[in-house]
Amino acid sequence: MKIGILALQGAFIEHKHALDRLGIESFEIRQRRDIAKPFDGLIIPGGESTVIGRLLRKLDLFEPLKAKIESGMPVFGTCAGLILLAKNIEGEAAHLGVMDITVRRNAYGRQYDSFSISADVAKVSEKPVPLVFIRAPWIESVGKDVDVLLELDGHIVAARQNNMLVTAFHPELTDNTAFLEYFINMVKKTKTDRN
Amino acid sequence: MSTQFELNKNLAQMLKGGVIMDVTTPEQAKIAEEAGACAVMALERIPADIRAAGGVSRMSDPKMIKGIQEAVSIPVMAKCRIGHFAEARILQAIKIDYIDESEVLSPADDKYHINKNDFKVPFVCGAKDLGEALRRINEGAAMIRTKGEPGTGDVVQAVRHMRMMMSEIRRIQNMSSDELYEAAKQLQVPYNLVEYVHENGKLPVVNFAAGGVATPADAALMMHLGAEGVFVGSGIFKSGNPAKRASAIVQAVTNYQDDEMLASLSEDLGEAMVGINENEIALLMAERGK
Repeated sequence: MKIGILALQGAFIEHKHALDRLGIESFEIRQRRDIAKPFDGLIIPGGESTVIGRLLRKLDLFEPLKAKIESGMPVFGTCAGLILLAKNIEGEAAHLGVMDITVRRNAYGRQYDSFSISADVAKVSEKPVPLVFIRAPWIESVGKDVDVLLELDGHIVAARQNNMLVTAFHPELTDNTAFLEYFINMVKKTKTDRN
Repeated sequence: MSTQFELNKNLAQMLKGGVIMDVTTPEQAKIAEEAGACAVMALERIPADIRAAGGVSRMSDPKMIKGIQEAVSIPVMAKCRIGHFAEARILQAIKIDYIDESEVLSPADDKYHINKNDFKVPFVCGAKDLGEALRRINEGAAMIRTKGEPGTGDVVQAVRHMRMMMSEIRRIQNMSSDELYEAAKQLQVPYNLVEYVHENGKLPVVNFAAGGVATPADAALMMHLGAEGVFVGSGIFKSGNPAKRASAIVQAVTNYQDDEMLASLSEDLGEAMVGINENEIALLMAERGK
């Protein structure tokens, strides 16, 4: 199994370290030629969604990655990654626009309002999962095919739609790999189903 | 380490691989955001103009900073004077995303830096060697940048500071553990920070390059030398085509290892900022605050 990590800007190295801990091979995607070889899953990290969205287009990665996701490649988006995958972003144009969710950017406020807590996420882990929110978005509403994994004070902060997994928080900034393992199982399942 | 310090460090992690641009108006802030800046630094005058104007240079008008906060969705930073914790509190009160306790402004205290551990909002501080960087981190800085020499368009000092920091980090990394106590004493920093550098081969917080970056090649050079991202001050809005240059520098930081791409990014950028050489300047801002 090989996971591509979108490494245009943001906290991509943290995802690589987490994958290393699980013993899973990964590589960085910085331009078109990086995705010439086959891979099994895609991670879109935290960072600034406006920057990553813009670079996706500038570096001709937008169409090929969108096509891969639409044809079923498992993808995991954290924070900015969630925003990039959303079909609707309040007050601005969507980026990849593949997942049937409506997102509010910087929903929790500025850096001053960032926080960390821990919560039970029944579908992902038996134990409580630590959650780090950094200038985080939340999901305002979801389409009928979207499975809500976690709500916090009435706001959706983790969800899945078929091959797409998103979190408003940053599992990669903690030592807890529950969400990543959940994603890896999605990738394994897709691989087995295809063979 | 407190939870707040962790969160503040984490925000800086989200800025990595990005470019932070100096802006003086909401219009410039929008150009910067559109070009792919991962954050903007709101200030009344960019360093080149501060240098030209002379006199005492202070925190910007909060109204001007708020105008920029309203104009863009990316994080907004602002500068306060070294040691001026009242300016810092004002910036915190308007919920600035990051405070730069900066040698670019006139220092308010020639002895003490701000105790940044007292604040909820994160700080970035300049450093020209490992000792300075670790002292600022000990005071609570959640992000470090090289000082470089602001407003000159001359990258030589940013290079000097980054090389110095990286070579000192490598030296600490290769020490035997019983040598670390003496290293801590010489660097004038707590042992636990030296131990972190020894074990991890890096600073405990994100480390950006700043001061004199004017071209995509300058940005790529700093990334090769170990920067995790780049501040560009006067280099963008003192150049002929700010939007194009800003966008090229953003792409250069992402693909700093791809020389062909850097070549095409460097084409047709119009006039770069004129710049001044280090031996032509009377005021060395990097010497402020150690």
